[in-house]
Amino acid sequence: MLQQQLVNGLMLGAAYALVAIGYSLVFGVLKLVHLAHGEVFMIGAFIGLQSVLWFKVSPVVALLAAAAGSAVLGMILELVAFRPIRARGGHFLAPMVSTIGAALVIQEVATKLFGSEPIGFPQTGTVTSWQFGAVQVSSVQLFILLASVISMLALHLLVAHTRYGMAMRAVAESPGTAAILGINPNNVILLTFAVASALGGVAGVLLGLSFNSISPYIGIDMGIKGMAIMLIGGLGNIYGAMLGGLLLGAVEVLSVAYFESSYRDAFAFGLMIIIVLFRPQGLFGSSYHVEGRA
Amino acid sequence: MSYYESVAIVLAINVLMGISLYIPMAAGQISLGHAGFMAIGAYVCALLASQSGVAFALALLAGGVAAALAGLTVGFPALRVRGIYLIILTMGFGEIVRIFFLNFEPTGGPSGLRGIKPLTTLSGLVIACVIAIGVAVQLRRSRVGRAMIAVHEDEGAAEAMGIHLMYVKLMSFAVGAFIAGVAGGFYAHYAMFIEPAQFGFLRSAEAFLFVVLGGFSTVLGPIVGAAFVTLLPEVLRFIQEWRMTFFGVLLVAAALWRPDGLIGPRRLKGS
Repeated sequence: MLQQQLVNGLMLGAAYALVAIGYSLVFGVLKLVHLAHGEVFMIGAFIGLQSVLWFKVSPVVALLAAAAGSAVLGMILELVAFRPIRARGGHFLAPMVSTIGAALVIQEVATKLFGSEPIGFPQTGTVTSWQFGAVQVSSVQLFILLASVISMLALHLLVAHTRYGMAMRAVAESPGTAAILGINPNNVILLTFAVASALGGVAGVLLGLSFNSISPYIGIDMGIKGMAIMLIGGLGNIYGAMLGGLLLGAVEVLSVAYFESSYRDAFAFGLMIIIVLFRPQGLFGSSYHVEGRA
Repeated sequence: MSYYESVAIVLAINVLMGISLYIPMAAGQISLGHAGFMAIGAYVCALLASQSGVAFALALLAGGVAAALAGLTVGFPALRVRGIYLIILTMGFGEIVRIFFLNFEPTGGPSGLRGIKPLTTLSGLVIACVIAIGVAVQLRRSRVGRAMIAVHEDEGAAEAMGIHLMYVKLMSFAVGAFIAGVAGGFYAHYAMFIEPAQFGFLRSAEAFLFVVLGGFSTVLGPIVGAAFVTLLPEVLRFIQEWRMTFFGVLLVAAALWRPDGLIGPRRLKGS
């Protein structure tokens, strides 16, 4: 029973982690929260769903389509809602106003396009399950886990082992110094938004598969949860976000199994407040961000 | 109740919400969970005035006190963090309050609290607004108010000047939460029905918009911001279907052209 719940939590947590990583990436380079990221997640879920409904594509293709579509949306958001404010040197709260505005627009457009009723993925083929000792894993769960692990691995390789990743880390450290060294921070930030949003879109499809209920309003809840996970893991730390997501997935599933399920969402925020009280820099963050400019 | 009267009531409630967030923000305490304080005030006030027959004014004060106590409890963990951390922390608080009322059966849980008497009047709200604006203006001029500005500008320097950081931060949180609680009480007795979904993230974001959009260097900022956000969608009724889209576009535009708020003569220190 416990092992089964932990495995379920792991699947859920892996998808949560993808959303939180998006926040962390953006926070890393901009030191700002991207309040429309939840809507990017929602649009990703819809792109995946609609491509399955209309073009009858396989889940993998739907996932790639969602990643590409979300990446484009993320880049548009950076160009419209962040870059102009950065160019004017606005107050750090101004991008929050512009992203709330952008979120409202995206949500209403999604409501007009897809309707406000929650829809789920069509049941195609039979869902097979495998038994590993006491643990049962369905093909949907396996797909979610594999897709999340591959996405996270790809992200790790990108950030740690490529020139682009190095440029991202340099801009996160100091945009000014990076610019002196010949890196164009604006291009790097655009790339970061594309990567973060693609991961958000993938997470949208995966959580859409997992809960089988997609509506234009799923972005807000997931967005707040993603931010809580980022805080649990440590601001701007993508590995912290990964582990924070897994931790939260496990805590949520266990809370449903052993407490009242209607309180599951409160556990995420309860955990966050406890961690902020005792370890304000997050589980894996450095103290720099707490006292620094964040 | 005429259309204009209900618009005026909503505007007055929003002005109260704007001021309730302006006060902690003047001390650098940003909150994106103000809907939580509003919800606490709304439920407490509705239970007392409509279910137990307590006088409305007393029930409003009780709702405000309950919200202020909640503000103090949030204020404590918030003492340890600032900036983005504080924003996310308060956001989580707002969600916890909403989830609590969603599960709290005595107040109807997800189906909400019905049968609230229509006790909110425009004159009562105007009096509350005048008092709140007066408090905010006086606060700005007082010793505590100057301490708040000092904390906002530079915590380290403020502390070195002998300002008690904990006192100033907790006080600003509690006063703000009190006003939000009173606004919630008025709201409950205007809407006559409250449910947890009314106090979600969007309402917190709205209060945040009043202050940041209006500008938080003077009390006028949140008032103008509240008027802008409340009245604009009413004026935009002619494009009914795409109201929120247009509103969203305007928010983006306002953030681009006036990044320091509509009323923001003094340039604020930021990152």
